[in-house]
Amino acid sequence: MNSIVEYYLSSIGKKIVMSLTGLFLIIFLVEHLIGNMLLFANDGGAKYEAYSAFLVGNLVIRFIEIFLFAFICFHAILGVWLWFVNRYKRDTGYKKYRLRDNVPLASRTWTIITTGSFIALFLLIHLRSFFWPVRIEGGHMSEYDLVCRAFSDPLYGGFYLAAFILLGMHLKHGFQSAFQTLGLRNRKFTPIIDAAAFIVWFFIPLGYASIPVYFFYYSQIGGR
Amino acid sequence: MNFTLHIWRQSSADSEGHFETYEARNIPGEASFLEMLDILNDSLVTDGKEPVAFDHDCREGICGSCGMMINGRAHGPGRKQATCDARMRMFEDGQSITVEPWRAKPFPVIKDLMVDRRAFDRIIQAGGFISARTNAIPEANAIPVSKPAADEAMDAAACIGCGACVAACPNSSAMLFVAAKVSHLALLPQGQIERGDRVQRMVAQMDKEGFGNCSNNYACEAECPKEISVTHIARMNREFLRAKIYER
Amino acid sequence: MVLDSKIPEGPIEKKWTNHRFSMKLVNPSNRRKYSIIVVGTGLAGASAAASLADLGYKVLSFSYHESPRRAHSIAAQGGINAPKNYANDGDSIYRLFYDTLKGGDYRAREANVYRLAEVSGSIIDQCVAQGVPFARDYAGYLDTRSFGGAQVSRTFYARGQTGQQLLLGAYSALSRQIGAGQVIFYDRREMLDLVVVDEQARGIICRNLKNGAIESYAADAIVLATGGYGNTFFLSTMAKASNATAIWRAYKKGAAFANPCYTQIHPTCIPVGGEYQSKLTLMSESLRNDGRIWVPKKAGDLRRPNEVPEEERDYYLERMYPSFGNLVPRDVASRRAKEMCDNGFGVGPTKTAVYLDFSDAINRNGKKWIEEKYGNLFDMYHEITAENPYKTPMRIFPAMHYTMGGLWVDYNLMSTIPGLFVIGEANFSDHGANRLGASALMQGLADGYFVLPYTLPNYLASHSFKKIFAEQPEFKEIFSAVNAGTKKLLSIRGKTTVTDIHRELGKVMWEDAGMGRNAKGLKHALKRIPEIREKFWNDANVIGESGSVNLELEKAGRVADFLELSELLAADALHREESCGGHFREEHQTPAGEAKRNDKKFAYVAAWEYTGAGRKPVLHKEPLKFEYVKPSERSYK
Repeated sequence: MNSIVEYYLSSIGKKIVMSLTGLFLIIFLVEHLIGNMLLFANDGGAKYEAYSAFLVGNLVIRFIEIFLFAFICFHAILGVWLWFVNRYKRDTGYKKYRLRDNVPLASRTWTIITTGSFIALFLLIHLRSFFWPVRIEGGHMSEYDLVCRAFSDPLYGGFYLAAFILLGMHLKHGFQSAFQTLGLRNRKFTPIIDAAAFIVWFFIPLGYASIPVYFFYYSQIGGR
Repeated sequence: MNFTLHIWRQSSADSEGHFETYEARNIPGEASFLEMLDILNDSLVTDGKEPVAFDHDCREGICGSCGMMINGRAHGPGRKQATCDARMRMFEDGQSITVEPWRAKPFPVIKDLMVDRRAFDRIIQAGGFISARTNAIPEANAIPVSKPAADEAMDAAACIGCGACVAACPNSSAMLFVAAKVSHLALLPQGQIERGDRVQRMVAQMDKEGFGNCSNNYACEAECPKEISVTHIARMNREFLRAKIYER
Repeated sequence: MVLDSKIPEGPIEKKWTNHRFSMKLVNPSNRRKYSIIVVGTGLAGASAAASLADLGYKVLSFSYHESPRRAHSIAAQGGINAPKNYANDGDSIYRLFYDTLKGGDYRAREANVYRLAEVSGSIIDQCVAQGVPFARDYAGYLDTRSFGGAQVSRTFYARGQTGQQLLLGAYSALSRQIGAGQVIFYDRREMLDLVVVDEQARGIICRNLKNGAIESYAADAIVLATGGYGNTFFLSTMAKASNATAIWRAYKKGAAFANPCYTQIHPTCIPVGGEYQSKLTLMSESLRNDGRIWVPKKAGDLRRPNEVPEEERDYYLERMYPSFGNLVPRDVASRRAKEMCDNGFGVGPTKTAVYLDFSDAINRNGKKWIEEKYGNLFDMYHEITAENPYKTPMRIFPAMHYTMGGLWVDYNLMSTIPGLFVIGEANFSDHGANRLGASALMQGLADGYFVLPYTLPNYLASHSFKKIFAEQPEFKEIFSAVNAGTKKLLSIRGKTTVTDIHRELGKVMWEDAGMGRNAKGLKHALKRIPEIREKFWNDANVIGESGSVNLELEKAGRVADFLELSELLAADALHREESCGGHFREEHQTPAGEAKRNDKKFAYVAAWEYTGAGRKPVLHKEPLKFEYVKPSERSYK
């Protein structure tokens, strides 16, 4: 069999795919967050709209976007598949099983699959709210207007906040896990990875969470 | 001390198992968990009942024979110990204790708390060795090994093959066991020649045996009686990637 | 029965070389036609099976464990000797030979001991090549430490887990052969009898411990590597299932049993805590390198150890043996400890312990240094006793540990039954009346890697073998006998548990045939053993059935054999009217309380021949000649 295929089919190979796609998605998260910070420019969305237009118009970005969608699907489907397969590696379950004594909440299998599923659901709703109207329907509202309208609804904003907390948990496990799978965790690198992990799982979701909070606050004081 | 025990009883591999409740009376706190079972078994035998079967041998935490899930924890609540090292004083008087065999598809139950762990042997047979023929060898000091490398190899080689890592893992993954051997041999100059081949063959056998995938939650490390570190799993992942890229 | 030791002619340093040349060889292409059964997968068994398979023989390997990696060799902590002289302190093959012979109190064969010393260097080479992670110095070369009974630093070690690492090395070599199909491994099989056909050992009968099936296996030669019989004493440092069944059944089939009274007590074990105790835990003797043994000077001192001031402590080993100090051989250290306790100086709740104190070493080199060297031992002690040995001294007491006696073998390691080879602790070995520390691993691996792979082919090449089937009458007969034996055990249906009977035997053995022996005690033991045996056969409660996993039945079979072997042990101890090494007869001691040998009368190997149930075994003597080392009083002063 071809070595690459064989590699993918091995247990470690599948994990590498999970880790590489995961890391790519983290890079996207960072990029997306930086872009979204333009929402705070307090210029009625001018800079943000320009940025959106640039993304839509740039062929390279469009090309990467295909990968982005593919990776999200891959990461999600493979993740569910692995979870499903692993469940059947134990015929009879334990009557008593205290995984919680040994494993922090974020790293428990159940947490990962639940947070992952919720994030997938979030993605669908997020795309329906912001991607679909502009890119598919080609509606007349600008992205900025969509944002303002959406987050004036506290329920919608609350859903986002919940999703970001779960995203944080998902990242808390996922980030270090990716490096472990790539074989980069060792005595030297682990402290660095752990420090970086904190930035990733704490500050990225925090940054995202600031957006709905900001716009909800704005809508309440009647700014726009 | 007194305990209420809920112990898994299963008369053979193909029969259905069930939990049975026993009272263990007047157990000295210094007794090991296995000695507590000895006392229980002696009383069962005296009553004409079949004693609880469990694997054990050296009773000093090195042979790796014993192993059971005690109140949901592999080898019991203590850290850094095999079941035979666990002392009853670490439990509360009157506590109820659930005792189950290791559960994993590749570890079928033989009887009661005894499981068949030969899958581990088959993984070693697939490549967990250095092919040094008897006497076809250089002088020992002709192969210097740096002290840090030797120490780290020793950390990995301390594995007793008890299976607690598999039992504790929610995915029944054997990564820690396999990684310990891969890492031990990959760290030493003697192991370099077969390095790539070894990791590929061992991982292939591990997958074939039906162990689960590693999801990096490190339950294995927490329950390992010899505190084998998950950094060895990272090394194995690296070795595997390296072998797939550079070899064959 | 004729005991021909087959020691080769020539000067001692040439004997093995000459012998290797004079032995017959088997053509490589013919080797696969021979099959060899190896029972046991400890250091000796695994290394022998792997090496024979390496040569191209078809090997059938048996273990009562699920995996070869679980044999009790794994529990050896301290290290393995080899005269590499890496420490540059004057070591040599001759010195190791001399130390081992002297340590064994001149009751071993010179030629065997010399060969052991000679090949021991290759063991280190072999193990390093297999990837055994021995301790290293900062230059990357092998580190050594000193050990009891030697004044040079020749012990190689892998933390406190040397036995484990060496066994895993042998296990990996064996696994390689199993993977290659050259060795067939039979897991969870207990050998219950030996099959002799036309005066050649040709097969074994086993019980499959998973389903209770009795199975027959045939081969051209049989190797027993089944370890010692220390569990005769019930409480010992042996693994729980370690047993003498294989060698005992071979003895009953005609293999002579040599020096059964040579048993070794290990000086540094954790003291007995209570009746519930199932086994004793050994702490490596290497602890004596840095620990100092003492008791309070005042008998019955109830103070805690740290409250006893320096001048009121009796460092008795250092006082009595200024040059060896705490590093005197095991038997001496054990006896002195027992003597101290017998005289009322014992410490701890049971008053049967002495202190092993590390405070000087900790003050001198720091806690970290001690931790690096003995960390796992300290942890183990802490776990068992709930006392922190970094702060308070350890309490230690001697325990049954090793048996130097075993089946008699010639220079080729073959027993008195042609084709039955015995290696490792199971044979009567190269240790004489006492084994030095770090020598058991050495002997097991020497036999398996570097002796048997030469001598066994010599046997194959110089004999002809009839085709043999496991269905032929000789097998059938023993097969039925084994079946009947199992049925008999299950038919007793008495009231006393097998464990209780074993414990009772152990007490008698420890009291009367343990560390200090005398005629009165031994006669008492010889009276008690048959009584206990009778109790066993009338009142043992062996529960369950034969057709499935039955741990009680396994235990009962083993205890039945201990109940016979113990009688031979006591009889041998009674007959040997001298003290030597681990065999200490209180009637025979120097005014200073040291073992007093009687070289004129007892410089021989006592090999016992089985003559049938209920009949007295016959003693055969193999005289020991000392051409190179003149026996002297063993003094460690």
